[in-house]
Amino acid sequence: MGRFDSAFWKFFPCPVLLYGKRLDLMSTNHLDIGSLYMVFGFWSVLAGTSLSSLIRWSLFNPGSKFLDPVCYNAVVTMHALVMIFFFVMPVMIGGFGNWLVPLMLQVPDMQFPRMNAFSFWVLPVSLYFMVVSAFVENGVGTGWTVYPPLSTFSYHGMCMDLAILSLHLAGISSIFSSINFMVTITNMRSVDGHLLALFPWSIKVTSFLLLTTLPVLAGGLTMLLTDRHFNTSFFDPVGGGDPVLFQHLFWFFLDLVYLSRFMFLVYKKKLLMEMWVCSMPCLNIGFLGFIVWGHHMFVAGMDVDTRAYFSAATVIIAVPTGIKVFAWLATMMGSKVSTEAPMLWKLGFIALFTIGGLTGLILSSASVDVTLHDTYFVTGHFHYVLSMGAVFTILAGFTHWSPLFSRVMMHRQKMKSHFIAMFLGVNVAFLPHHFLGLAGMPRRVVDYPDQFWFWNKVSTFGSHLSTASLLLFVFLVWEAFMSHRPVVSVRNSSSSPEWSVAVNLPKHAALESAKMSGGSI
Amino acid sequence: AGMSYWCQMYFQNSATLSGVRVQWVFGLYCVVTFAIFVFVALSMATSCFSPYMYLLMQTNHVLERIWGLVPLIILTFLSWPSMGLLYAMAELESPLVTLKCVGHQWYWEYEYSDFGLVSYNSYMVPEEDLKLGEPRMLTVDKSVVLPFSVWCRVLTTSFDVIHSWAVPALGVKSDAVPGRLSESSVKIETPGVFWGQCSEICGALHSFMPIRVEVVSCEIFGK
Repeated sequence: MGRFDSAFWKFFPCPVLLYGKRLDLMSTNHLDIGSLYMVFGFWSVLAGTSLSSLIRWSLFNPGSKFLDPVCYNAVVTMHALVMIFFFVMPVMIGGFGNWLVPLMLQVPDMQFPRMNAFSFWVLPVSLYFMVVSAFVENGVGTGWTVYPPLSTFSYHGMCMDLAILSLHLAGISSIFSSINFMVTITNMRSVDGHLLALFPWSIKVTSFLLLTTLPVLAGGLTMLLTDRHFNTSFFDPVGGGDPVLFQHLFWFFLDLVYLSRFMFLVYKKKLLMEMWVCSMPCLNIGFLGFIVWGHHMFVAGMDVDTRAYFSAATVIIAVPTGIKVFAWLATMMGSKVSTEAPMLWKLGFIALFTIGGLTGLILSSASVDVTLHDTYFVTGHFHYVLSMGAVFTILAGFTHWSPLFSRVMMHRQKMKSHFIAMFLGVNVAFLPHHFLGLAGMPRRVVDYPDQFWFWNKVSTFGSHLSTASLLLFVFLVWEAFMSHRPVVSVRNSSSSPEWSVAVNLPKHAALESAKMSGGSI
Repeated sequence: AGMSYWCQMYFQNSATLSGVRVQWVFGLYCVVTFAIFVFVALSMATSCFSPYMYLLMQTNHVLERIWGLVPLIILTFLSWPSMGLLYAMAELESPLVTLKCVGHQWYWEYEYSDFGLVSYNSYMVPEEDLKLGEPRMLTVDKSVVLPFSVWCRVLTTSFDVIHSWAVPALGVKSDAVPGRLSESSVKIETPGVFWGQCSEICGALHSFMPIRVEVVSCEIFGK
């Protein structure tokens, strides 16, 4: 890609080969940093999927001694942490955000390019600590929610501390990149506010959510650290603390991460509805997301009125989410639906995210949740929302914009086969989870009573298929670069400005922010 | 029976009224969510295979109002019974028997303090010690005994880390948090044996601390 932007580091160039072209690792150009995030996320998804394969192999047969319980707990924890913090967040916000936001806004770069680079480079360090924590002592086996007192009391060694440090660093990365996005989108616009494209708008809402809640997570994690080493007792009842305090802090942050991801999903297709039809629900979901965290804690012993409140607030979030889904449906009805790979991913996303949302609605009821909390029903719900919602979105975005990012076209028909394989794989893998949860199988178990064998077996077959489709995807990416079908023109005259650089990618999309003034557009 | 069965796709049959009510509310949610999903799937399918574009879908304020209000109405209709059930389950009738479950890593300790202090530990029976016909991963050496048709209070707490005392067939799940005493009430309508497992990750042997509740008549319970 041959862009050497880093004036300060001109004396220490660190060129590497990326896509067969030289890429300066010290670059502060948003395009380079976006590519770095994508590569980082790509590695992480391979790691996270391997961990998920280990989990499903363990659960293939009852009584299987494939992984011992201590190792299994560590694998379960690592799977979630790697997928969330090192795949979904970097690719969605770092990768797509960095690539597309300046292009869509038609501005030269992000507002703070060096902070942008810093945000990226903290992540490999964070991942390093996370991976090391899995290898020292017995690995972190608390589940990704790291509830005390298990995380304070039972894990005395360095592994827990390394994991906490890793999460702190990942949080720092996200906080700084959120600041960067918010300032860029607010400040460097060339058009008035209400004409902002949906994608940057939703990134802005997402960044605001991350910015406000990541410090809370960091605080909770620091309290864990001080409880472990500095004799505080935030979460220790002997000293007057309460483990449930951590649950409140943790879930306050977490719900917003979940929501932030779904803010800017499928905005690749042009919404025929007015902008505000989707931007208002974004805001509503964002605001409501602050006040529903207790729906993770319905059996932890909260007061009944509190549970009733959280249940009601969670149900209300379904309304703006539903509006967004209906707006997408209306867009589909009002336009010609293509059957190209990106569109297939978007269609799959709408259907499966709707299912995930509806099972979430079932879980939001505090009374029904008593039977379903911490069972496989919850696992089925959030995998529909994440493994199908978030992942399908990422793949939709990647297949849609890969000619822009990589300058080569992926194989059209093989991408559709990949979609079919992945769609079947994830559905076969995660639909049985709902049945297991209804039947009473608890979460995070390495072994189960024999009666649960059938659906576990089916689910494992599905996970084999989805892992195979991931390998197919890796092959397709390689094949695209090897076959070298360069982009020569952009066929659909889409009004999205990012495609203006499809054929010739300069260092910056626009040398200065365009100024449009006067009249309404 | 009070445990899951092969290829099960739905709840276990409940032996408590609150369990039955939970399944009823769940069924209501299922009906509505399935209808919504069918609506979404059908509109997707028709728009995918139709050569026409629906112009009225492009800027339509009436439509926007409808799809804001109708979900709100449907959700209110859904949450009404759910909230009612939540408050009904939280009603703590004056119980005749109190069972205290203390979670340890990795076994349960049960205490009945109504009859002087009766307390014992309940461990899972390892696979090599199982007798013919005993369920693997669920058999325990000592089970909980409760009378039926009588309000019982279940108190859960923990000695070390967070556990969760859960018996799906009785509709009971209550986190055992150290430093807290959580109270649930349960009135089991039929005698029998009901099984459950620990439902909050508590370390290495989290999967291996099951629960067996034997529900008997009051006379047998008295002995």
